[in-house]
Amino acid sequence: MKKRPGLASMTAVYRRELLSYVTTPTAYVFIAVFLFAIGLFTFQVGGFFEARRADLTSFFSFHPWIFMVFLPAVAMRLWAEETRSGAIELLMTLPAPTWSLVLGKYLAAWTIAAVALVLTFPLWITVNFLGSPDNAAIFTAYLSSLLMAGAYIAIGTVMSALTAAQVIAFVLSVLVSFLLTALGLPLVLDFFSGFIGGAGAEAVARFSILHHFDAAQRGVVEFRSIFYFASLIALCLGFTALAVDARRGG
Amino acid sequence: MLLQVDGLRKRFGRRQAVDGIGFSLDVGEIVGFLGPNGAGKTTTMRMIAGYLEPDEGTAKIFNIDVAQERRRAQERVGYLPEGAPLYGEMTPWTFLRFVAETRGMSREAARHAVRRAAQDARLGETIDQPIETLSKGYRRRVGLAAALLHDPMLLILDEPTDGLDPNQRHAVRDLIRKLGEERGLIISTHSLEEVEAVCTRAIVIDQGRIVADKTPAALIDEHGSLERAFQTLTRGEERV
Repeated sequence: MKKRPGLASMTAVYRRELLSYVTTPTAYVFIAVFLFAIGLFTFQVGGFFEARRADLTSFFSFHPWIFMVFLPAVAMRLWAEETRSGAIELLMTLPAPTWSLVLGKYLAAWTIAAVALVLTFPLWITVNFLGSPDNAAIFTAYLSSLLMAGAYIAIGTVMSALTAAQVIAFVLSVLVSFLLTALGLPLVLDFFSGFIGGAGAEAVARFSILHHFDAAQRGVVEFRSIFYFASLIALCLGFTALAVDARRGG
Repeated sequence: MLLQVDGLRKRFGRRQAVDGIGFSLDVGEIVGFLGPNGAGKTTTMRMIAGYLEPDEGTAKIFNIDVAQERRRAQERVGYLPEGAPLYGEMTPWTFLRFVAETRGMSREAARHAVRRAAQDARLGETIDQPIETLSKGYRRRVGLAAALLHDPMLLILDEPTDGLDPNQRHAVRDLIRKLGEERGLIISTHSLEEVEAVCTRAIVIDQGRIVADKTPAALIDEHGSLERAFQTLTRGEERV
C-alpha cells in the first residue's frame, strides 16, 4: 500500500527518533528518574498512605511539577542535536514536508512520556488492592496527564528548534513551562490580584496549565481543558515548523 | 537540460556569500567546483539542493524551480553534505532505510533501494556496524549511498573525498566516474589532481562569482597547470 508521502516521512522520522531514544541510555535514564521522583513525591511529600483514601490524588497532583523538569529533558535534543551535528542538512534536503519531520519527532518524545506514565501502573494496582477507587476517574486523570505531558513536550520542542545548544533549550523550556504552570498558583494569583483585581487574576489563571489540570486530576473531563492543551500543542508545533523552515532563509 | 542555474545570490548578514552564479549542466557531465574556502561553493550547492533559499536567482532541475517546488525538485537530487553528517548510533542499514522511507518509499522499495545503493557505494561488511565505529572513508560511503538511494539524475557531492586516505580516495573517484556516465554530477574539492582525474568541466569560484568555466584541459592550456590557474584566478581570504 502506498502511503501519502508526508505520512511515510513522519512514520520514518518517528521510528528513527524512537530508536535513538532506546539505543542510547537516554530513555531508560529518563524513565527511571521519573518513576523514582514520582514515587518519592507521592509517598513522602504527598502522604499517600497517611491520607487513608483509595485514590491517586497525591500521585497526580505532582505531575505538572515533575513533567516541568523531566519532559524538557526528553525534548531538548529533538532539534538542537540535529543542528549541532549538522544532520539537519541531510534531513532538510529530503523531499519531506516540514510538518512531517516536526510531528514525527514530537510524537516520538510523547511516546517516551506515555511509556513512563504506563509504568506507574503499580500505584494503580496498589490503590485497587487497598480499597475500591473510582477507576474511571483514574483512567481519565491518566489521559489528562498524558495530554498535559504533550503540552510540556511541545514547549520543549519549540525551544529545541530555536537553538543548537541542548542545555539552553532545556533551561528555556523549564522556564516557560514553570511560568505557564505557576500562573495558576494561589501565591502568584494573589500577587496578580493586587494589580489587576480578582477578576483579572482569574483570567490569568485560565491560561495556566495548573488550572486546566486541576479538575482533570480528580477525573472530571472538561472540554475547554482538552481544547486548551490541544491548542497549546498546536501553537508550539506550528512555531517549531516556522522556526525549522526559517533556516532555509539563512 | 538537467540543471539550469541563473543569477543565484545569497547574503549572510553583511557578507555576500554568492554573488550571481549561473551555469548549466547536462547528463554525462562531471563538474568540479574549485575555489578557496569561503568562496561560496557550499552555499551554491546548498541552494541547488534546497537546503537554503536564494535571495535572488533560480536553480531549475529538469525545469523545476527548487525554491518554488522544493520537494518535487529534491526528489530528483542526491546530495552529500560537507563532512557527511550522519546519525552515529544507527547502522548504515537502519540509517539508509530511514532515509529511503523518509523519501516516501514503501518498506519493500526501501529495502531494495538500500541493498542496491549499499552495493554501489561498496559498504560491504560494515552495513550492520554502528556508524560511529566506522572509519571516515566508510562514513563517507554511507553518505554517498544515502545520496544514491533514489537513483537521482543529479548528484551534488560536497567534498566527497576530503579526509580520505589515497586508497579510499581512489575508490570514491572510480565510483564518481562510473556514476557520471549516465547522470550529471557536481563535486566540490580542494584537490586539483582530482579535478584533472574525474571532472569533464571545472568551474572556478571566487568571492561568490564564477571566474572560469572550462574543461580542465583548457585551463591547463591557458595557465600551464591547474595550480597556476587556481592561483591566478582566485584571491581568497589569504590574498585580500
